[in-house]
Amino acid sequence: MKRKSNDTGRARKALHAVREFARFLASEMKPKGKIWTPFNVISGTIIVVGIALIAIRFYLGLGAVTNLSQEYPWGIWIGFDVITGVAFAGGAYVLTFVVHIMKFEKYEPIVRVTVLNGFLAYVFYAGALLLDLGRPWNVVNPIIGNAFGLSSVLFLVAWHFLLYMICEFIEFSPAVAEWLNWEKARRVVAKMTTGAVIFGITLSTLHQSGLGALFLLAPAKIHPLWYSVYIPVLFFVSSIFAGLSMVIIESTFTHKVFHDKIGKTLRANHDEILLGLAKGCIGALFAYLFLKVIELVHGGHWDLLATPMGYWYLVEIVGFVALPIFLFGTAIRKRSVRLVQFTSFFTALGVILNRLNVSVIAFKWYAPVRYYPSWIEIWVTLTVICMELWVFRWVVNRMPVFTEHPEAAKVEEEIIPVAEVVRWKYSGS
Amino acid sequence: MSVNRRDFLKLAGVTGCSLLAGAPRRSEAAMTSIEFYGMLIDTTKCIGCRSCEEACNEQNGLPKPEVSFSSESVFETKRDTSPGAFTVLNRFSNGKNPDNPVFVRRQCLHCCQPACASACLTRAMQKTVEGPVIYNKDRCMGCRYCMIACPFDIPKFEYSSPLPYIRKCIFCYDRLKAGERPACVEACPEGASIFGTRRELLEIARTRIYENPDRYVHRIYGEHEVGGTGTMYLSAVPFEELGFRNDVGTTPYPEHTTGFLYGVPLVFVLWPSILIGLSYLAENGNKERNHEEEE
Repeated sequence: MKRKSNDTGRARKALHAVREFARFLASEMKPKGKIWTPFNVISGTIIVVGIALIAIRFYLGLGAVTNLSQEYPWGIWIGFDVITGVAFAGGAYVLTFVVHIMKFEKYEPIVRVTVLNGFLAYVFYAGALLLDLGRPWNVVNPIIGNAFGLSSVLFLVAWHFLLYMICEFIEFSPAVAEWLNWEKARRVVAKMTTGAVIFGITLSTLHQSGLGALFLLAPAKIHPLWYSVYIPVLFFVSSIFAGLSMVIIESTFTHKVFHDKIGKTLRANHDEILLGLAKGCIGALFAYLFLKVIELVHGGHWDLLATPMGYWYLVEIVGFVALPIFLFGTAIRKRSVRLVQFTSFFTALGVILNRLNVSVIAFKWYAPVRYYPSWIEIWVTLTVICMELWVFRWVVNRMPVFTEHPEAAKVEEEIIPVAEVVRWKYSGS
Repeated sequence: MSVNRRDFLKLAGVTGCSLLAGAPRRSEAAMTSIEFYGMLIDTTKCIGCRSCEEACNEQNGLPKPEVSFSSESVFETKRDTSPGAFTVLNRFSNGKNPDNPVFVRRQCLHCCQPACASACLTRAMQKTVEGPVIYNKDRCMGCRYCMIACPFDIPKFEYSSPLPYIRKCIFCYDRLKAGERPACVEACPEGASIFGTRRELLEIARTRIYENPDRYVHRIYGEHEVGGTGTMYLSAVPFEELGFRNDVGTTPYPEHTTGFLYGVPLVFVLWPSILIGLSYLAENGNKERNHEEEE
């Protein structure tokens, strides 16, 4: 009898806890801050129209909304969303290497936000792949099916995307646990961090280069100045400075927009951190330039430099690799954070250029009818970016992303009642 | 097929290992001693009657074209295969003999080591032991990597369909298994397309060149290109004048990625050990530094 009442008591308690949790989640789902800001209106419009366009894409087929053709099977949904997006997500593996492996504690305050960014980039930009697949529901085939295309680089890339997303989620999960106040879970996942980091860096090395290796199968279709057996290595090395420059860009924005969310250590060290990242960028950029030059000498395509495609190649190499090296160097010497930020934009632009060159522009450069994206392809790409920004903002406003230790976060909260102070800075900028 | 728990775990284990290792492997068929079937197209014999196109259309249940198969008006432009036409005939002017245009049939070449099959991550594209490169539509996810990879741009995608497939010639695989020749070969009134094992066809092709040295260019397209193809061509005029690519090389396409794939297990073994080592060193370094600071 007594036992029974005990059980009911426990059940009632559990039910109460579940209900509390549901209520907590429901309250967290609600937007914080002003709703009618310019950023929200613009991005909201883009998303609503974008979702309608995506619906049309699934109803009528890819041909109805894209400029893809039998000649150009891959457009910007692959070349930009997936291939460039994943390169930009490289910051996560680089920073986890620097902090968790090399133990450079200086960069610790930005690890969480970088991992979050990386994770969301994979979810949304690699996820945008589903829009491009003819039969997206079959995307599970290489994962669960009896159809393992082991000789395919894309098979490797697909598996690595999946596994790496899990790694990044584990790396970020302490923040989730802190948000939910699950102390036990936090301790468990925190212990898994090093393992996830090591596995994650290995996976990143392979799929960042794997994205380049995809194009090894198209030797006769990619312009000789861009086609090279080095493509995988070039993609890997460029993902380092792509990722780092994206971290700098991202922190430039978050520093303005989420100023009051940012922990004291990060605020104090922000400039030092950015200058340090710029040094990392230079190293990777220089290695990349060196490889590019070796490849040019090795390939023996000097004569092609004096053609229109050759000029375009020089624009990419001189303008967006060599020049950033010089600019970053100047910025570090003068300790100019502004110049570091500007150069990061420049470098990121160069990465976009390179990825689009390999996947779209130098691809079938000889074709009489060239591919260029339809407005719908561009709109849907913007939709994906806006959705990512919304989710990013949602997470940042709820979870301790910019503060590392939960104790530190608590102290911070006492000083600044977060929920009241938060204002959408997007409206101001 | 029912999979019990143990089998599933085994499969999962094997898959886990192999996907981590990503062992490169050539198409299975290339390593067996079974001879591939193929097709020899002698462009000097083709009269451009388009019987092959019509037979292909019927055999594969493709939509009827707007212009009838008896019309020659289609030769005004150079055509490509499409989701609705797996083989197309094109007319080229003959530099040697202007009164005698050359007709060239374009369809899948059924490479001995196909790029499309090595690109396919679901093995929807598959090289069969008989020779044809076939397509299993139930596995395909529509990523179109086969189209990127194919040096001859043969796989075509149904862009206008919400439920699209890749479409291409599969060498009438069902007919082949039933002991019949491909529909296009069957329909050819001039014997311009002939069917046989690749070895037989090469012997025939060489014999023809040897016996008629002035009639043919001394080259069999597909003998060495991309490591050899199942469909091969003979011609009276240089192949580049007939829209054939000369820049595809003789390396089997899957080999372009083997170097990378060989590197995968290396990275998987070396990276974690190096990273663990580095992490250990860095930690100790930090400790020592802290000690020094304390002292």
